[in-house]
Amino acid sequence: MTELHARGLSVDLGERHALSKIDLALRPGRLTVVVGPNGAGKTTLMRALAGLLEPAGGQVALDGQLIANMKDAERARSIAYLPQGGTIAWPLPVIDVVALGRLPHGERPGSLSPAGREAVTAAIHAVGLEGFASRAATELSGGERARVLLARALATQAPVLLADEPVAALDPRHQLVVLDVLRRQARAGRTVAVIMHDLTLAARFADEIILLDQGKVAASGGPETVLTEAALATHFGIQAHVSRDGGHLIVVADRPLPEIHRDDQ
Amino acid sequence: MRLSRLPLIPGLILVIAGLSVASLVVGPAPIAPLRAVTALVSDQGSATVVVRDIRLPRTLLAILIGWIFGLTGAGLQGLLRNPLADTAVFGAPQAAAFGAVLVIYSGLVGALSWLLPFAAILGALASVALVVAVAGRRATVVVLVLSGLAVGSLAGAGTSLAISLSPNPFAVTEIVFWILGSFEDRSMVHVWLAAPFILVASGLVLSSTNGLRALALGEETARSLGANVMRLRLLLVAGAAIGTGASVAVAGSIGFVGLVAPHLTRPFVGYDPARTLVPSGLVGAALLLAADCAVRLIPSQTEIKIGVLTAILGVPFFLWVIARRKAELVEMPA
Repeated sequence: MTELHARGLSVDLGERHALSKIDLALRPGRLTVVVGPNGAGKTTLMRALAGLLEPAGGQVALDGQLIANMKDAERARSIAYLPQGGTIAWPLPVIDVVALGRLPHGERPGSLSPAGREAVTAAIHAVGLEGFASRAATELSGGERARVLLARALATQAPVLLADEPVAALDPRHQLVVLDVLRRQARAGRTVAVIMHDLTLAARFADEIILLDQGKVAASGGPETVLTEAALATHFGIQAHVSRDGGHLIVVADRPLPEIHRDDQ
Repeated sequence: MRLSRLPLIPGLILVIAGLSVASLVVGPAPIAPLRAVTALVSDQGSATVVVRDIRLPRTLLAILIGWIFGLTGAGLQGLLRNPLADTAVFGAPQAAAFGAVLVIYSGLVGALSWLLPFAAILGALASVALVVAVAGRRATVVVLVLSGLAVGSLAGAGTSLAISLSPNPFAVTEIVFWILGSFEDRSMVHVWLAAPFILVASGLVLSSTNGLRALALGEETARSLGANVMRLRLLLVAGAAIGTGASVAVAGSIGFVGLVAPHLTRPFVGYDPARTLVPSGLVGAALLLAADCAVRLIPSQTEIKIGVLTAILGVPFFLWVIARRKAELVEMPA
């Protein structure tokens, strides 16, 4: 059971203050969805939480241990990170791509330990790609490739899983498949955080939503607390309808509010 | 049977052994294979002189230089995640040649000095540093190739300037022929000049294996998997610059081996960028040995320069790769 904490986390990207004084906690067993307009700092937040960015201030801690003080491999074993729009450079077989998730354990494709082999098989099974193991990952469809990359992150068996827009560019079916995998990971006790743009989908899968705007946490809590029409107007600059249907929150964006001029990046 | 299941490395070593014997045999003075091998270890009169003093050094240089070109080519392709990467992308061979020409021209040293590889390596490192500084860290392949082209052209212009200002026509001829790339008239001194640097360069490139694997999924993912991408870059670029510098210092410019060898290797190792390294080095050695035998067999008044032959064969291959992969090469970030 691993909790990821950010306290007073600030990150500068060049001259820009991308994140200022963020406090948040990602808890085990929960799927947290980070939402926010473009340029809000969502990706920066994920990268900082994954230990890939040096904070200008504050800290990120894993069960009280500062990730800045962790060795690279130890951090990689604890936090799996799935970047946005991940690519695969060579026509590697699916099983070898997934097995790359074992690198932090000192294992590599072709020479996995029994535990590693089990983790790779389980990851491929979790995303439903049995039968694809020896196919070249570059020849798969976008949806299949996204699942391969997710399986790679799962194969690390890290207690924390951070994913940056894992369902962007996926068709509705693949979105549901991937989010279902992530929710099941959370239910199995992992700490899972995901960036998403589809607010209805976010509301449906999130245990907790963090709304980020201009590098700050604007709101956090359950979907109904965070995704209010007022909040959507203030932070996304849209007039939206928020309704309920069969227990699910539905967010329909009606129109942009013209009076709000946003700095897109 | 899958290609990746073949016993690749032992097979390549056998091929290199066979080509090495051929390299000891082929030349103006015909020596039978058995006699050539015997002449290596025992005194066989004139055959021993020819084999030990003339053909052995060029054989060893072809193996060493082919190896390091194949190895660094595979390393750089893995680093840049691009099948068109080669030391030439950084203008490194031209810059190494310029560095070497500069010290020869300035009269600082003769062509057989330890300073020569250092000057060539410095030239190669400077070109890489300049390309990286101009193109920036997140350069696309197009920007990288253009920067490399510019830096290579600048180094080439510097060499041309040195040649055109040279008061000694013999020195000019020597520089020009040397730049064309050849193993002709090389001695064991050349081997000893290059070998330590090639050894160091090999060590640097080969220590990057796990990082290269992780990098197949992009820089962000590689870092999240615990790879130190900065260190990886340093290792590979330093290895490539040292290997290129040492090779150019003793054999002149020999291009395209580093480009071709990884391509031939990849399907046999399941496209794993780390497992491509050693076989690619061996393929490079075999290619250069074969090319060096070929230049001795092609009937001509003077021996054709091996750098010319590798370019004549390598450029069409380069074009073929571009034609096949042009769609994905458009805006791929390096």
